[in-house]
Amino acid sequence: MAEIIQEEAKQKGGKKKAKKFSTRIDMTPMVDLMCLLITFFMLTTAFSKPKAMDIAMPEKKDDPTEKAPEISADRTINILITGNDQLYYYFGVADPNKPLPQLIKTDYSKDGIRKILLQRNKTVFKAVYDLREKVKTGELVMADSTLENKTKELKKSDKSAPIVLIKADDKAKYKNLVDIIDEMAITTIANYAIVDISPIEIQMLNGTAPATPAAPVTQ
Amino acid sequence: MPKIKLPVKTPHIDMTPMVDLFALLLTFFMLTTSFRPQEATVIDSPNSISEKVAPEKNVITILVGKDNKVYLNFDNGLDTSVSIREEVLKKVAEQFNLKFTDKELKTFSTNSSFGMPANRLKAWLNTEDSKEREKFQTGIPIDSTDNQLNLWVRFIRIQNPNAVVAIKGDAEADFKVVKHVMDILQDNQVNKFNLVTNLMKEEAKPEE
Repeated sequence: MAEIIQEEAKQKGGKKKAKKFSTRIDMTPMVDLMCLLITFFMLTTAFSKPKAMDIAMPEKKDDPTEKAPEISADRTINILITGNDQLYYYFGVADPNKPLPQLIKTDYSKDGIRKILLQRNKTVFKAVYDLREKVKTGELVMADSTLENKTKELKKSDKSAPIVLIKADDKAKYKNLVDIIDEMAITTIANYAIVDISPIEIQMLNGTAPATPAAPVTQ
Repeated sequence: MPKIKLPVKTPHIDMTPMVDLFALLLTFFMLTTSFRPQEATVIDSPNSISEKVAPEKNVITILVGKDNKVYLNFDNGLDTSVSIREEVLKKVAEQFNLKFTDKELKTFSTNSSFGMPANRLKAWLNTEDSKEREKFQTGIPIDSTDNQLNLWVRFIRIQNPNAVVAIKGDAEADFKVVKHVMDILQDNQVNKFNLVTNLMKEEAKPEE
């Protein structure tokens, strides 16, 4: 191609030069448009995809004669959630006919409820933690799904692991519930349930329950 | 002495690198964008450590707003040949003796979350102005006397039994309302559901 043009030029006397057009294109409108588009995309982008936590609730049974499964009282931790981000817990069962367990005040921080749950769930947590560490450092190689299954097995293996009953009164916020369920995930507790709060527990929260230590003890 | 006239030159900046950069950014944003669906209300989800991505397809989402209003959103399911939203709306309309035109059904099937008593749906669907439309979002009644959410969930479940249920509550929503929604779900044999949260890493270490 280039050669042909050269030949043509020679034919016309050789002195005439092809007129040079400036190849500069005004890019300002293009830049304007791009600026606009980038701004648009930047503002509409949702970077963090919403996550979800699974919850399985026990099936509702209409049969009133069927009794709730017996759970041993010494494994039970009851967490009571109430308004103003207040949090209480007690061990065992609150039976109106027996002396009531002591209600202990705690909070959502790292040294609050998590410490108690970790203490009670020590063996399982240690096992799960070790397993995860091994996978992290590359000592053990396994797929994510295998790790998940192994963790599940470990969680269920301990027959003395705590059973947590989560109860919230009407003043509680949704955030509080999620925080507590999250705490279960952090401390690898397998057995927990969201349970309706009983009248005696509401009384305990209000400090009006009979035969209780007058007010909840602050830890 | 006459002043020396300097030739006026238009300052020409080479914009090519800038355009290059912009093109790059533009491509990046265009590829990473996943459009946030328009929702009936702004929901500020609570945080959790869960890393499971919330389901996006074939899902019934129940939104609980900051003001404890309940909204509902469900999609047309995996089967593209049937429009579940239209079918469900027809069934609900029957219950309330309402009639929807084909155009209204179409509008409904392309919309997302909604929250209003059934008798106001028609007016909502016929409103064009988005500002006006927002005023209709007063929440779906969930009281035991007028439990419309229950009705919706039941009909959606009949049409699409495999749909996953997700509850997207605002952090400041009352537990009472969320619990009530859960109860309604359980009445419809939904015992497993997702709580939509934002990721926030946190870790605990065993005590030495």
